[in-house]
Amino acid sequence: MEWFFQQLINGLALGSIYALIALGYTMVYGVLRFINFAHSDVLMLGAYAAFFIAPAIQPLVPLPSLTGALLVTLFSALICAGIGILIEFLAYRPLRTRPKLTVLITAIGVSLFIEFTCQHKAVFGADTKPFPTLLPSTDFHLGSLLVSSNDLVVMFVTVLLLVGLWFVVQKTKVGTAMRAVSFNQQAAALMGVNINRIISFTFGLGSALAAVAGILYAMKAPGIEPLMGVQPGIRAFIAAVLGGIGNLPGAALGGLLLGLLETFVGGISGLSSYRDGIAFAILILILLFKPAGLLGKSSVEKV
Amino acid sequence: MSQPLLQLDQATIRFGGLTAVGDLSLDVHANELVGLIGPNGAGKTTAFNLITGVYQTTAGTIHFGGRNIRGMKPHDLTKLGIARTFQNIRLFSSLSVFDNVRAATQLHRAHGIRNALWRGIGFHRAEKEVETQVLELLDIFDLGRLRDEEAKSLPYGDQRRLEIVRALATKPKLLLLDEPAAGMNPTEKEALMKLIKFIQTKFQIAIMLVEHDMKVVMGICEKIAVLEYGRKIAEGTPVEIQKDPKVIAAYLGTEGEDDDA
Amino acid sequence: MPSLFNSQPSTALGGAKRWLVAGILLAVVVSLFSAQFNRYYLGIAIDCGISIILAVSLNLINGHTGQFSLGHAGFMAVGGYSAAKLSLVCSPMVPDSLKPLLFLAALVLGGCVAALIGLGVGIPSLRLKGDYLAIVTLGFGEIIRVVVQNMDSVGAASGLKGIPKYTTLGWTFALAAITIYVVATLVNSTYGRGFIAVNDDEVAASSMGINPVRYKVTAFVIGAFFAGVAGGLYAHHKQFLSPTGFDFLKSIDIVVMVILGGMGRTVGVIIAAIVLTLLPEVLRQFADYRMIIYSLIIIGLMMARPQGLFTTGWKKKGVAAV
Repeated sequence: MEWFFQQLINGLALGSIYALIALGYTMVYGVLRFINFAHSDVLMLGAYAAFFIAPAIQPLVPLPSLTGALLVTLFSALICAGIGILIEFLAYRPLRTRPKLTVLITAIGVSLFIEFTCQHKAVFGADTKPFPTLLPSTDFHLGSLLVSSNDLVVMFVTVLLLVGLWFVVQKTKVGTAMRAVSFNQQAAALMGVNINRIISFTFGLGSALAAVAGILYAMKAPGIEPLMGVQPGIRAFIAAVLGGIGNLPGAALGGLLLGLLETFVGGISGLSSYRDGIAFAILILILLFKPAGLLGKSSVEKV
Repeated sequence: MSQPLLQLDQATIRFGGLTAVGDLSLDVHANELVGLIGPNGAGKTTAFNLITGVYQTTAGTIHFGGRNIRGMKPHDLTKLGIARTFQNIRLFSSLSVFDNVRAATQLHRAHGIRNALWRGIGFHRAEKEVETQVLELLDIFDLGRLRDEEAKSLPYGDQRRLEIVRALATKPKLLLLDEPAAGMNPTEKEALMKLIKFIQTKFQIAIMLVEHDMKVVMGICEKIAVLEYGRKIAEGTPVEIQKDPKVIAAYLGTEGEDDDA
Repeated sequence: MPSLFNSQPSTALGGAKRWLVAGILLAVVVSLFSAQFNRYYLGIAIDCGISIILAVSLNLINGHTGQFSLGHAGFMAVGGYSAAKLSLVCSPMVPDSLKPLLFLAALVLGGCVAALIGLGVGIPSLRLKGDYLAIVTLGFGEIIRVVVQNMDSVGAASGLKGIPKYTTLGWTFALAAITIYVVATLVNSTYGRGFIAVNDDEVAASSMGINPVRYKVTAFVIGAFFAGVAGGLYAHHKQFLSPTGFDFLKSIDIVVMVILGGMGRTVGVIIAAIVLTLLPEVLRQFADYRMIIYSLIIIGLMMARPQGLFTTGWKKKGVAAV
């Protein structure tokens, strides 16, 4: 039983991070109908941004502290939002009217470009760097359960951002425009929605979430390196597809499920080394029986 | 009268709460030319999709050549002898005119992968036969001169005709034409009417026609069925249909606007 | 060369088959003199041949049939490991004179196992399209890697060592010739127009009596078979296999070859396979920047020439002649 609760907490914490990343994938898919492969690299850039900002603000704000952590995260999110908007503007916007496959390959190209550039010794280098401690962390013992304050922070931040995002998408003007663009881009344009601005906004928002996820992930990981985004990125991508790509609650649900699944399977001895493969196996099974994902609506092609 | 080629018996399809086609009963006999008309959204194309296996009926049955077609896929039904064109032209856009028709002939060729790879004498003979057959068909419809053009580069009218040729290449017993006159001017429509009549006599097949243009439908169809909100409200000869008060009500006296369909 | 895959009626050894035999003979003859060649260049030539097999076979799935597979390296891995395992187990028992037969058996085994897996991956493709299919094939590649990493019988994470060096220039290019023959003749027949018809419009194809499901699965099975054969050649060329050699990046490499060459254009894809295999060698002195340049090439290509670099008009004409 204790094992179960321990895995549950670990799984929820990991799943929260996946959910945050998956939201970015799913939002971009919603408005542009393609998988932004570079999203996982924005996550990595978010962690690196925090890595460089933390010592820079140290003289002004003491670290680790709540204010410090908030400031670092805010700056990183802003930087990543800018990077996300820039990527869309430079690489995807010129291809807006091209076949989806072309855009998908470009996204893979952008992803490889960021990864290999960052691995170069003149940029970040390929080695793992220790991530600065942003928040004072303590471990709580509940009976024999071990709960890290970091895990609670991760879950709290995720819930907060989910609610915030829901508010933005459902209750604000820009959110309504986002949904309109997602529903029918041309019709939205005819109704006076500035498509380019909405798409930029979507990329900015998704990338900011990725930056937060990157920092949270780095807090749990042994260190940061240029390929750190790849594995969580793929997981989040699966989570988005699992929940029904283009569907925001679906992405959150998919992320949590995947995180739980991974920790529970990883916790079973003998299966732990198959952890990476099992996520995919489950994905394939679910897609076979519910091709549109858990919460997605299957669309019927009009003949 | 002999057994009908196509027999719809209370065919029904619902999408959620919407009954797109409800209790549609209709017979089409061999070599008959039947028109299916009705206002926009009346379920005409949906009826075609039921007959061709794109959708499955939620209730009722459809028989073709005496066989219940329930559960059969479009390609199975093509084998049985149903071919169609589409409302929004769906050619194989990257293939040439010749290859568009050729792809549709393969149904009646004995050779598959093995022959395509081994390329024995039989393969060459079969391919030669296909070529002759395709070129003959193209020539009948005056498309032979365009054989090497990419299908998507053809003018609109030629694309419509190519779609009909491609459907004929499957050697159908029943040909479904979905709004063949859409986007045509009066001269082209005139030519199309002749063409449809010509196909009926030349290939000795039954034809079903969904069309908004009353002049075309009334001019060539032997029997007309009228749909409204997915239900058949009338069936009969063109003269009967023109007099039917229910049909007139459905169209609210819009006969004058025929030509803008 | 419009006549290359032209099926003019002729003698038993006519048309495309003549080209196939000529290709195999040429490969074998050149191979006889391979002792004269510089070993470094010989190795690169074999790499090129393997790339051709991979790219041309993926072209059947991604180019002609219009599916989007990101798992070709997975098929290659399955074939490579199966073939290598067979020759590792059997080579001590087989006399030298029969070694070529053993190698052939290993390659065929590798191809068949990969084809079987291809069937398994092809079946989901009945229901999935585009991005969803891409992610399933990507996932499949990852599953293969994870499974191999955990299989002690094939060296697990540390790799499979000591594979006999059977791969020669002759084997490689003879098999490349066969791959090109199979894909090109298949597509350039009335039967094969079905692949492209399915790609252009699945609904219309189905209405013309073409079974899209069968064509898509066939493309997957044939494509996977040759990827498996390429894996076998690769294993007996490098004499070492490691699960990380067949990752996502390797699949991307092959996809880029197909796109660079022009989806569905056999000659273009062959040229692209050679160019992209030589590129890293040419960029050797810029090793640090090599992958950065590579990714920029992908982006630039998509912006400037998404239809491929080596597209010419020959495909259309060659096909129209039946």
